[in-house]
Amino acid sequence: MLLISCVMVKGGFTVGQKHSAQKLSVQELIQKSSGKKKKKLIEKMIPIILLLIASVSVLTTFGIVGTLIVETVIFFKEVKVTEFIFGTEWFPFANTEQLFGILPLIAGTLKVTAIAVVVAVPFGIASAIFLSEYASDKSRRIIKPILEVLAGVPTIVYGFFALTFVTPLLQQFIPDLKIFNALSPGIVVGVMILPMIASLSEDAMSSVPNSIREGALAMGSTKLEVALKVVLPAALSGIMASIVLAVSRAIGETMIVSLAGGSTPKFDFNVTESIQTMTAYIVQVSSGDAGYGTTIYYSIYAVGFTLFLFTLLMNYLAHVISKKYREEY
Amino acid sequence: MVQLLEKGSASKMETSSIVYDTQKLNLWYGNHHALKNIDLQIKENEVTAIIGPSGCGKSTYIKTLNRMVELVPTVKTSGEILYRERNIFDANYGVEELRTKVGMVFQKPNPFPKSIYDNIAYGPRIHGIRNKKVLDEIVEKSLRGAAIWDEVKDRLTTNAYSLSGGQQQRICIARCLAIEPDVILMDEPTSALDPISTLKVEELIQELKEDYSIIIVTHNMQQAARISDKTAFFLNGEVVEFDATDVIFSTPEDKRTEDYISGRFG
Repeated sequence: MLLISCVMVKGGFTVGQKHSAQKLSVQELIQKSSGKKKKKLIEKMIPIILLLIASVSVLTTFGIVGTLIVETVIFFKEVKVTEFIFGTEWFPFANTEQLFGILPLIAGTLKVTAIAVVVAVPFGIASAIFLSEYASDKSRRIIKPILEVLAGVPTIVYGFFALTFVTPLLQQFIPDLKIFNALSPGIVVGVMILPMIASLSEDAMSSVPNSIREGALAMGSTKLEVALKVVLPAALSGIMASIVLAVSRAIGETMIVSLAGGSTPKFDFNVTESIQTMTAYIVQVSSGDAGYGTTIYYSIYAVGFTLFLFTLLMNYLAHVISKKYREEY
Repeated sequence: MVQLLEKGSASKMETSSIVYDTQKLNLWYGNHHALKNIDLQIKENEVTAIIGPSGCGKSTYIKTLNRMVELVPTVKTSGEILYRERNIFDANYGVEELRTKVGMVFQKPNPFPKSIYDNIAYGPRIHGIRNKKVLDEIVEKSLRGAAIWDEVKDRLTTNAYSLSGGQQQRICIARCLAIEPDVILMDEPTSALDPISTLKVEELIQELKEDYSIIIVTHNMQQAARISDKTAFFLNGEVVEFDATDVIFSTPEDKRTEDYISGRFG
């Protein structure tokens, strides 16, 4: 008897609950919700917080450029700008007369960059064409991540690879090749930037709509004609941008050229002998013991500033090129 | 019965004027049987319309005629399609050769992201025509043929994408004409266009009929009635009825054709 009444009471209770739940509308619940004010405050704060976070990188950039400029100005109080820009000899460690002509360092950088481009552009674009136009979905899914891993290999490992593997290998074919030279790091820097070109170019080519490929195929084009005459031109802005970006990385590349390039700045076109790039010079001075306040100390800022101008120029070029070659579709 | 016999003898006499002879064509997308035992004969210098509800296989069929359907990796076919008495599925019949003879205009205008001139010159160029004078001539002739020369003659170097949708579609037709194909396949060429552009393209199709055989897939029954000589009604991957357009639209034999034409389904 007790049990039954219990059940009855319980039953009645649940019915009553259901009844009241039906009366309560969701809109009322939302109105009553206590989180409203908090939500408004968060909504107001979020843009401010995000702005602060975003400005960190902007401020850092300004900070770096500012430091570069300040120290560079000090350097130019001691060395004439014309001597720096047009001088063909770089002997900062000379005991009697120091020479600060940056052309040999620029020559070193450009030699390595040029070799890297010669290696990376054809291979990079060919890989991109293969991945985007020929590879099956399955092989693309396997190959692309591998390429991207190649881009993630630490540059010091590449440097090692250049010095202890590529240089000896090349010496078999070119007996004159010195242990430190421009050729070997140039090739390895090319290998390093290749995945960047391949991956970004592949993205650009894959984003060309299929309808355009179909249009070309329907005219009796072969697959190669579609790739070279339709897809490649359509993706040219992206491809060019990827190349310029890769070149800009090659110019700034440091470890590979420090390890395998040597430290003999020379203003010539010889790629078999020891060179020094702008970045390698900065490493050499930074890791050595040039005293604070000496001309050599300030010279790394001037070289760094020059390097910065180069990459800035490349980025601007990338911007102009991608605008100019933009084929809309 | 007498009528049937007459039809049979007539088609035998005119074998030479048949461009496409489809025999027992079956097509599968994976396990999906998309075309079932298609038998269809398409004649020279006629406009053949293919109508039917969505998913009936009409687009699949037209894409099979130039083997574009094979871009879908899971496609399997059986049966034959004779184009000018040669089976297009023959191992030694290259798709490029076929597609040089059979042009195609797509549902959405798909000009290349190049100048108007380069769009039209693309076909002749890939087929080995390099002479600038000859190319100039071809470009003008093709653009005139597609009734768009007057609109674009002063801006041949501008990107084709700066044109309106209707103009783009006529550029695509001109691009197709530039290699002087034998047949032009049109896959719902006006479905993305406004009524005025549609009218222009329809008028153009009427003119093109003089020199080309045209096969057009359309959703729009009025369009089929206006511009075609023959109409094939597809349903669930089968050809329900194929006859002269006025017969299909006035006295169809099959109940399903009548229902579709009168708008009872689809």
